[in-house]
Amino acid sequence: MKALRILSRNIRDSFKGVFRNFSLSLASISCITITLVVVALSIVLSINVNNFTTLVEKDVTIVAFLRSDIKEEEAIEIEEKLKSLDNLEKYTYHSKQEVTDEMKESSETFKSVMDSWSESENPLQPTFEVKVNDIEGIGEVAKSIKNIDGVETVKYGEGMIEQLITVFNTVRKIGYGVVAALILVTAFLITNTIKITIFSRKREIEIMRLVGASNLNIKIPFILEGLLLGVLGSIIPIGVTIYGYNYLYEHFNGQLFSPFIKLVKPNPFSLQVSGLLVIIGMLVGMFGSWRAVRKYLKI
Amino acid sequence: MDLIRMRKVKKTYKNGVTAIYDLDLKIKKGQFVFVIGSTGCGKSTLIKMLYREEKPTSGNIVVGGLNVAKLRNSKVYKLRRKIGVVFQDFKLLNKNTVYENVAFALEVIGEPKNVIHEKVIKSLELVGLKHKANNYPTHLSGGEQQRVAIARAIVNSPKLLICDEPTGNLDPETSMEIMKVLLEINKMGTTIIMVTHDTEIVNKLKKRVILLDSGRIVKDFEEGTYNHESIKNFK
Repeated sequence: MKALRILSRNIRDSFKGVFRNFSLSLASISCITITLVVVALSIVLSINVNNFTTLVEKDVTIVAFLRSDIKEEEAIEIEEKLKSLDNLEKYTYHSKQEVTDEMKESSETFKSVMDSWSESENPLQPTFEVKVNDIEGIGEVAKSIKNIDGVETVKYGEGMIEQLITVFNTVRKIGYGVVAALILVTAFLITNTIKITIFSRKREIEIMRLVGASNLNIKIPFILEGLLLGVLGSIIPIGVTIYGYNYLYEHFNGQLFSPFIKLVKPNPFSLQVSGLLVIIGMLVGMFGSWRAVRKYLKI
Repeated sequence: MDLIRMRKVKKTYKNGVTAIYDLDLKIKKGQFVFVIGSTGCGKSTLIKMLYREEKPTSGNIVVGGLNVAKLRNSKVYKLRRKIGVVFQDFKLLNKNTVYENVAFALEVIGEPKNVIHEKVIKSLELVGLKHKANNYPTHLSGGEQQRVAIARAIVNSPKLLICDEPTGNLDPETSMEIMKVLLEINKMGTTIIMVTHDTEIVNKLKKRVILLDSGRIVKDFEEGTYNHESIKNFK
């Protein structure tokens, strides 16, 4: 009961603190706002890059060409062996007939030429299309497939894929690095701004100590105030994220420059980023206050 | 019974200056004690140790059963809730009203609202400022501000009231008003220790007087034995 009373007073005091020291609060809030906008941009950017690279990686397929004269039973055997491979996401089998029909359908010229082939003349090969879970292990999967009896050739864009993976990994790492660095900078900036705010209220802390407030009692209103500043500071960045990203998405029709680069759908993505921004704002605000108050408390 | 007991207390600051040497002092419950001495004699250090703003380098200090010398920083609030402190510069929150300033001391310890209201009004009545409850400190005179500070210090019914030159910023007439309030509080059983430079007040009130010089108690006048002439020998 007593703790509840103190807590409710602390909440009231934290609101009072924000509004009675409004000019200083405004300084903290704008600092949080500006840095969070930058953080939001970098999060949106890095998640989009991540999304795009993942999509590209998902498209990578191993195609295993079986011997042209392979029999149905042999194909089933190969399938069994495929199933036992690690890192296998899914596979599809295209029989010789299916491959032939597909080609015939794709153009009239093919059709007329192919129609003249007898069964034994048909050089097309039945194929397994294989997708893997972990793109980095694609080379090994391809090698194991190659070793299966009856598999003639295996193609997955060797060489190029490896390069792509390296580039994408680097890009992603840089993205995460930038976001992490920005959050750190934000924390630092906000901590310092809040420190100034609290420094100007040293007297208040001194009096609180004097009249018998415990350290926790002194810290909580300031920490709540930091939290409040964080929430207030994240309002504009959230607006920017939600409206800005929706606008961007509509404007570019969901893709950047080419259909190849797809943007992440704004719903629920922009909301998730917003949630993240509030949480970052709150945590950083609380952390800043906590650090600053600690300085003035003899603990 | 002794409310305060100091034994062989010594305080050396980090810069090497020793402010208090081997000090022994006992103050009984309900006493009114003046601490006087020239600037730099250790008066402030002495009372700062009593409300545990400073820690003694060695020795023992017991205030109301609490071993203040051994009190950890995080537990200081336990002591502060038992005592009231009044300063020369009032230390009021100018953004809060008189009422809020006094209520502050009770709010931080989690008293319920109705209890706070009752105690704050009683305390403001005692210092004669009930009618100014909704004013801000900046709209009050120095004497009134000091009375608010006193109201805040005693709202919690402390056993001990420490006053660090409470009349230092006030004119003689206002100072006497403050003294009347303090005497009233003392009559109700609160022990008061008051550091002052104001010899006129000390002369008039005829209370126990402790004279400090260079960190040592050079004279301890029992109630009524102090006269201004006798201290001249020490100056």
